[in-house]
Amino acid sequence: MNRKLFKGGNVVDVLRRKVSKADVLVEEGFILAVEPSIEASDAEVINCDGLFIVPGLIDMHAHLREPGEEHKEDIGTGTSAAIHGGYVAVVSMPNTNPPCDNRSVVEYILRRSKEEDKAEVLPCGTITKGRKGLELAELSDMHEGGAVAFSDDGSWVQHSGVMRRALEYTKFFNGLIISHAEDSTLTHMGLANESALTTKLGLRGMPIAAETIAIFRDIELARLTGGRLHIAHVSSKDSIELIKRAKEADIKVTAEVTPHHLLFDENKLVDYDSNYKVNPPLRSAEDREALLDALKKGIIDVIATDHAPHADFEKMDEFNAAPFGMIWLDFAFPVLYQSLVTSGKLDLIKLVESMSLKPAKILGLEKLGAIEKGYRASFFAFNPETEIKIDREFIKSRAYNTPLYNFKVKGKIEWTLKDGKIYRH
Amino acid sequence: MQIKRKDLLGLEDLTREEIEIILDTAKSMREILDRPIKKVPTLKGKTVVNMFFEPSTRTQSSFDLAAKRLSADTVSVSTKGSAVQKGESLLDTLLNIDAMKADAFIVRHWASGAPHFLAKHTEAAVINAGDGTHEHPTQALLDMLTMEDRFGKIEGLRVLIVGDILHSRVARSNIFGLKKMGAHVTLAGPPTLLPEYFKELGVEICYDIDEAVKDKDVIMALRIQKERLEEAYFPSIREYRKYFGITRERLKKASKNAVIMHPGPVNWGVELDFDLIQERESLILDQVTNGVAIRMAVLYLFIRGEKAHE
Ligand SMILES: [Zn+2]
Repeated sequence: MNRKLFKGGNVVDVLRRKVSKADVLVEEGFILAVEPSIEASDAEVINCDGLFIVPGLIDMHAHLREPGEEHKEDIGTGTSAAIHGGYVAVVSMPNTNPPCDNRSVVEYILRRSKEEDKAEVLPCGTITKGRKGLELAELSDMHEGGAVAFSDDGSWVQHSGVMRRALEYTKFFNGLIISHAEDSTLTHMGLANESALTTKLGLRGMPIAAETIAIFRDIELARLTGGRLHIAHVSSKDSIELIKRAKEADIKVTAEVTPHHLLFDENKLVDYDSNYKVNPPLRSAEDREALLDALKKGIIDVIATDHAPHADFEKMDEFNAAPFGMIWLDFAFPVLYQSLVTSGKLDLIKLVESMSLKPAKILGLEKLGAIEKGYRASFFAFNPETEIKIDREFIKSRAYNTPLYNFKVKGKIEWTLKDGKIYRH
Repeated sequence: MQIKRKDLLGLEDLTREEIEIILDTAKSMREILDRPIKKVPTLKGKTVVNMFFEPSTRTQSSFDLAAKRLSADTVSVSTKGSAVQKGESLLDTLLNIDAMKADAFIVRHWASGAPHFLAKHTEAAVINAGDGTHEHPTQALLDMLTMEDRFGKIEGLRVLIVGDILHSRVARSNIFGLKKMGAHVTLAGPPTLLPEYFKELGVEICYDIDEAVKDKDVIMALRIQKERLEEAYFPSIREYRKYFGITRERLKKASKNAVIMHPGPVNWGVELDFDLIQERESLILDQVTNGVAIRMAVLYLFIRGEKAHE
């Protein structure tokens, strides 16, 4: 009998919204009991004094680059980074090469995920064949094969009729459509937020309207069809308004925000550091504050990383030529904990639930996202006092494109437990 | 007189004093250009590398001549289009040339911020010779020198800049430089090429050229990039000239003393009517001469400035 007893930790209970000292007993990959004090003579005891015991994180939006761009990242390095960062499951976005637009790619990703045996990979299939925006991909077959959601991430489905069909068609299996909301006719060749600052810097702008127009249309299509819509990486105050109104009208819409849109704004671009080049772009300080506020109020449901690994030679280039995106999986939680929780801007429960329980619910993952009797034994130990340095040695991702490179952050994930198996870091 | 910074990346970073130092130094450099033997040994033994990632005969030859007048050795690296397309990154190019021990890099690049990127990776001075749609500091400095020659001072001058402001690094550098020196700046052009964001730089915006030319001392037209037409920032060249071109009739409304400037090359009959040059005072060729003097001053101050820095 494989029993483990996690003793004396501060358990973050997202269901009852409290943090209290408790013991957690785990057997055969499931949580057997969570009690103030448990005695189990036959269990291996793991001392958790001074540690937060946090539900395993679930990333709804990550780029693992396999198949096709393994020089940036692959399922092995990506899931190593994930488990290192407290993630037990990661949605892999389908803009790979070839794209994940049919069941065989979905199954390939699942097989690779099992072989690696670290964080679980949850494949996201494309909405349309080849991500071209024209014909629906085999959504139901991919769903049956294990795809948890559908998105043409990186491009918005410009054709309203096709998007309507996607939201409508997936209803018979309660599918989830994730929208990368960007009207590309307005962002063509854009590099940064369209604003006075970026106009001064001579960086071609991407107006907020490109995002709001796309969100508005998709919400209207969700209203029309009753399909489930999730808005990826929301970046602006105006977008939040649209989502708020849609939720008030009981349209099935959820939304995510990335750590970088919560932490940084466009002012970081003044010396053209391509590590801050992301899509959607970093907006104004006002937008950044509005995003945090929307997260607190529940208008935005989830923090998803949009982990976007690139090789250093790709990012070390002129701003125009450098690709969009930054990495997060290894350190999103400690960084968010330090910058938002210790500063009092966000409470710990809210941070944790937006990275565990809420994504589990949206993705329909049973018995995941909380530390609760009968749930999967997937959680991690967080030491808020230990400092980490985000350097090459620390980062398990193949890439290290992050503006936080070489930064020190207080807070360390000591180990991650996934389905009862412990990964020490 | 010395400049205590390694690079010249733009006029936004410079102080008024630094701009004055460069303009004054350029005046003494101009004296060299009037001598029978136009060469001094000031930068003998120094190596200046011209890195032009975007073709520009004018600016490149101006910098090249400036370096030669000061006896520096010059090397040119020209790459048309993106180096990335050739499988060579900008950093690769720089590291290779840096290994050859250059003292200064003159960088012209199609991407905004490219010189800033290179400046972080070399000990040598980096001089921005135009980066994307960001800055073109030496062009604005030569424009300011030309204005100072003509009017005695820049403080209080009323300058109108007309045309494709959105994509113009010349406009941005002139706005930063002229504002710092106390001039009044007005911008004009079609709204698609003149977003209101520019107001935040402390300038006036006017979409009516007939109104805008009144009471101005300097009317600076910018080149309309014909290739921008593909992206349809305005309907036609004909319509551009009609509403935003500096035509003879239009210039009648301007003050009698107003002078014409243009960074060149001019699309005659579009930004400017050719025949108005005969009637009006144009400083376009003075701008070219001053270009060499400004670039000599910049090389002198920044290559030496680097030494003072160490
Ligand atoms: Zn996306």
